[in-house]
Amino acid sequence: MQQDLQHADCIVIEGSNMAECHPVGFQWVMEAKARGATVIHIDPRYTRTSAVADLHVPLRAGSDIVLLGGLISYVLSSGKFFRDYVVNYTNAATIIGEEFTDTEDLDGLFSGFDADSRSYDPRSWTYEGTEVQAASGERDAEYDVRTAARGEAHGSGGAHVGTPRTDQALEHPRCVFQVLKRHFARYTPEMVEQACGIPRAAFDRVCAAITANSGRDRTTAFVYSVGWTQHTVGVQYIRAASILQALLGNIGRPGGGILALRGHASIQGSTDIPTLFDLLPGYIPMPHAHTNQDLDSFVAAEGTDKGFWANMRAYTVSLLKAYWGDAATAGNDFCFDHLPRLTGSHSTYETVMAQLAGDCEGYFLLGENPAVGSANGKLQRLGMANLKWLVVRDFSLIESAVFWKDGPEIDSGELRTRDIGTEVFFMPAAAHTEKSGSFTNTQRMLQWHHAAVEPAGDARSELWFSYWLGRLIRSKIADSTDEMDRPVLDLTWDYPVEKWSEERGPGEPSAEAVLAEINGWDADGKPLPAYTELKEDGSTACGCWIYCGVYADGINQAARRKPGSEQSWIAPEWGWAWPANRRILYNRASADPEGRPWSDRKALVWWDADEGKWTGHDVPDFVPDKAPGYRPPRDATGPAAHAGTDPFIMQADGKAWLYAPAGLVDGPLPAHYEPQESPLPNPLYPQQRNPVRQARKFAHPDNRFQPSDGAYGAQVFPTWPPPTG
Amino acid sequence: MGVRTWIEGWPAYRQATGTDRLGRGAAVKSGASARLTARTASADTVVKSVCPYCAVGCGQDVYVTGGKVTQIEGDPDSPVSRGRLCPKGSASLQLTTGSARRYQVLYRRPYGTEWEPLGLDEAMDMIADRVIASRRAGWQWESDGKRVRRTMGFASLGGATLDNEENYLLKKLFTALGAVQIENQARI
Repeated sequence: MQQDLQHADCIVIEGSNMAECHPVGFQWVMEAKARGATVIHIDPRYTRTSAVADLHVPLRAGSDIVLLGGLISYVLSSGKFFRDYVVNYTNAATIIGEEFTDTEDLDGLFSGFDADSRSYDPRSWTYEGTEVQAASGERDAEYDVRTAARGEAHGSGGAHVGTPRTDQALEHPRCVFQVLKRHFARYTPEMVEQACGIPRAAFDRVCAAITANSGRDRTTAFVYSVGWTQHTVGVQYIRAASILQALLGNIGRPGGGILALRGHASIQGSTDIPTLFDLLPGYIPMPHAHTNQDLDSFVAAEGTDKGFWANMRAYTVSLLKAYWGDAATAGNDFCFDHLPRLTGSHSTYETVMAQLAGDCEGYFLLGENPAVGSANGKLQRLGMANLKWLVVRDFSLIESAVFWKDGPEIDSGELRTRDIGTEVFFMPAAAHTEKSGSFTNTQRMLQWHHAAVEPAGDARSELWFSYWLGRLIRSKIADSTDEMDRPVLDLTWDYPVEKWSEERGPGEPSAEAVLAEINGWDADGKPLPAYTELKEDGSTACGCWIYCGVYADGINQAARRKPGSEQSWIAPEWGWAWPANRRILYNRASADPEGRPWSDRKALVWWDADEGKWTGHDVPDFVPDKAPGYRPPRDATGPAAHAGTDPFIMQADGKAWLYAPAGLVDGPLPAHYEPQESPLPNPLYPQQRNPVRQARKFAHPDNRFQPSDGAYGAQVFPTWPPPTG
Repeated sequence: MGVRTWIEGWPAYRQATGTDRLGRGAAVKSGASARLTARTASADTVVKSVCPYCAVGCGQDVYVTGGKVTQIEGDPDSPVSRGRLCPKGSASLQLTTGSARRYQVLYRRPYGTEWEPLGLDEAMDMIADRVIASRRAGWQWESDGKRVRRTMGFASLGGATLDNEENYLLKKLFTALGAVQIENQARI
C-alpha cells in the first residue's frame, strides 16, 4: 500500500516515473526519504523521479530482466538471501521433476516448446511426483492432466493430491534453489554492464543497498508501472522482481513488497470484477471449451487442492447463484452451461483483426478511446470503419466517436466518409460527480464516491445504460423458446431503481444494491460477512468472492471515511480493502515460523498464544486461529492443508513461488529476450525473442514491425565502432 | 456613506495610517476583493468523492451550490492523499463541468456525413435491436466440435474508468448474452 512505503529502508522504483505519474502517492516515498531511506530510480530516462532519488541507474530499455537476474544472481552467490524466510516461506526447497530442462540446456528455450503452435506445454515444468495448479494466470493448460487424474482417482482421494518432495538443506541438484542458481549464473555483473549499459559501480551500489536493507530488521520495497508491463516479457519482469523480493524476504513485510502503480481510477476494480475476456469475478477463470466439461471438471481442473483456491467450487457456485438466482440449481449444474467458452485469446487485438475480417460487427466503447489509446491506431480505425454499428459512451466527442469524418485516414483520403457504413451512436456519459459507486485503487482499496448532482441532459451513468439495455433486451426476447436466449432470460436482473420521471425517464438503478449482490448473501438474504462463509451447495450467492465482506452487516464498508488522522497508519476504517480488509497481502510472512515478528522494528502481525489467534497492526492474511505450530494431516485438502508456517495462502503449496511450475505461458523462470523490434542480438541466448509472443496472427500490411536481424532497414546509426578504411 | 468612511476607504489614507506602508497589500485591496469568499466556504453541501484519474485514489471533496458543482478540492481526511491533488485531479472541475462535455445523444447513419440528434429512448431501443441481431449473426454453439455457446458478433471495450458496480452489470449482461470479446484498459 502506498502509505506503507514510508516504512521502507530502501525503495527501488523501476519502470515508473512515480513522481510525475503518481505524484500524490509519491509523498510516501519522500516520507521514507525523510526518515533516511535510500531511493533508487532505475530508468532509461532521467526524470523528476530521478531528480529526487539518491541514485539514478540508467539502463537500456527492454533489458530489465538482465539487471534483475543479475541482482538475483548476486543475492544467491553472496549468500545474502534471508535464509530463514527462504527455507520456510518459499518453494526454494521443492524438487522439480526430471523432465524439466532449463534455458541453459536448450539455447534459451525451456522444455516443452512446440514450434508449430508457438506455445509451451507446461507439464514438464512440474514438481517431482506431483502436478500442481497455479493461483493465477493460465490455469487451463493443466485441464487434461487434472481432470484425467481426477477421473482415475475418483473415490480414492485423488492421485494428484500429492505433496512435493523437498530438500531443506537446499542442496539437491533439482531443488528450486539450485535450479535458480544455475539458471541465473550467466546474469553476471559483466553481462549487466554489456546488456543493460549499467556501469559496474552503479550495479554494485544497487546490490549493496538492497541487501543491506533486507533481512530481519530492514526492508526494501519495489515500485513499478507500465515501464515494466509493456514488454513481450512483461509478466516475467514482474516475476523476476517477485523472485528477488522473496529471496530477500521482503514480501508481506512492512516497508517491503512490490507495489504496482496502476493507471486508472478503478483499473484494479475492472480486473477484480472484470470486463475482461479471460476472467470471471474474483479471478475465477472463464471456462475454455472442452469436451464434456461440467462444473465438477471445471473446478477440478482450474482450482487447487490445497489452500484457498481449493474452495473454487464455493466461489463459482456462489457467483452462478448471483448471476442466475433461482434458475441455478444443483440439478442443472447451477447454470454452468450458461457460460460462454473460450477457444484461445479473445483480447482486444484479436477482436480488431476480427473486425477487419468482418466477423465482429458491433462494438461498445465505454470510456475508452482505442483510436488513440490502443496500439496501432490506424488498425483500430480501419476496424471501426468495417463495423455495422458502434456505440461510444463518453464525456465528449473523442477520436473514436468521429473517426468516420475526422482522422488521419480521412485526411489522407484512404478512407472516405461516404464509403464508411458504420452506424455510430454517441451517448453522453455521467461523470464521477454525477453517480454513486465504488472505485478500487492500486492498493486494492475500495472507496465509495457519492453523487453530488444529477447528470444533465441525456447524460447517464453506465449503471443506468447497462441495466436498461438489459431490461430492453430481455423484454424483446421475453417470449423466446430458443435455447440461446435462456441465459439472458434466467438472469437475476431486478435492481431497485429511482422513480420514472417526466423529465428524465427511467430512473437510476441503486449502485448500493449492486454492491450488496457483489458482497453476497446467505440463504436468508443476510449479507455475508466474509468469503469463508461461501458454500458450494447453492445456499449462498456472491458476485465477487474476494469482495465478500464489503457490505458486511448491510453497511457500505467502502463508504467509511474515518479520517486518517484519527487512526493508525494502516487506517483500516477508511474504505475497505480486499480480501477481508487486509491491507498488506501475505502479512503472515512478517512473522517468523514461531509467529513472532522478525524484529520489533518490522512488526506487522503476530501470534497471540494467550488469545489463540493472530493479531497486530493489520488484519492478518491467515486463518485467524491457525497456530504457527499447526501441521496438516497427510490427506488434508483446502486451507486446512496448509501449515501454520505457510503464509502464501492462495498458492497450492502455501509457499512463494521462486519457480512457477504452472500459470505462465512463457516459462517457469524469467529469461532475457530482446524486444520484438530490438536492433541488437540477444547477448544471453541464441533464442532472440520471447518464443511464444504472438506476432503471426496479427500480420497485416498496416501492422509491420521495425526490421531487425540484419534485414534491410535494420541498421542503427551512428554505428560503433566507426567503419575503417 | 459618511465622509469619514469615504476618506478611510482611500488607498493612500490606508497606506499612510495602516500597517501596509508600501501600499502593496491590505491598503490597496478593493471592496470587491474584500467581499470575495471561497466557493468552498459558501457551498450548500460538500460530498465525498474520489478522483477519477489515476489509481492512487485521492480523496476529493465536491462542493455543490445551487444544484451545481462549483469546486473540487482534495480531501484532508484521506490517509492516502492527505488532502493533496495533482494537477489533473485539481482540474476535475473542468473535466466535469467544462465546455467539451456533451449532453445530447448523437447519431450517424451509415454513410452519413454529419451527426443527427436522436432521442435517448430511441437510441436505447435501436441499440438493443442491434445487439440482438449481431449476437445471432455471430452465434456459435460449437467450435472445432466442442461446445462454446457464445457469440463473436459484438465486442466491448472499456471499464477501467467505470465503477465496480458498472463493470459488474456489464460483464453479467454481456456474459449472459454469450459475448466473450470483453476487454478494457487493464490488458492494454
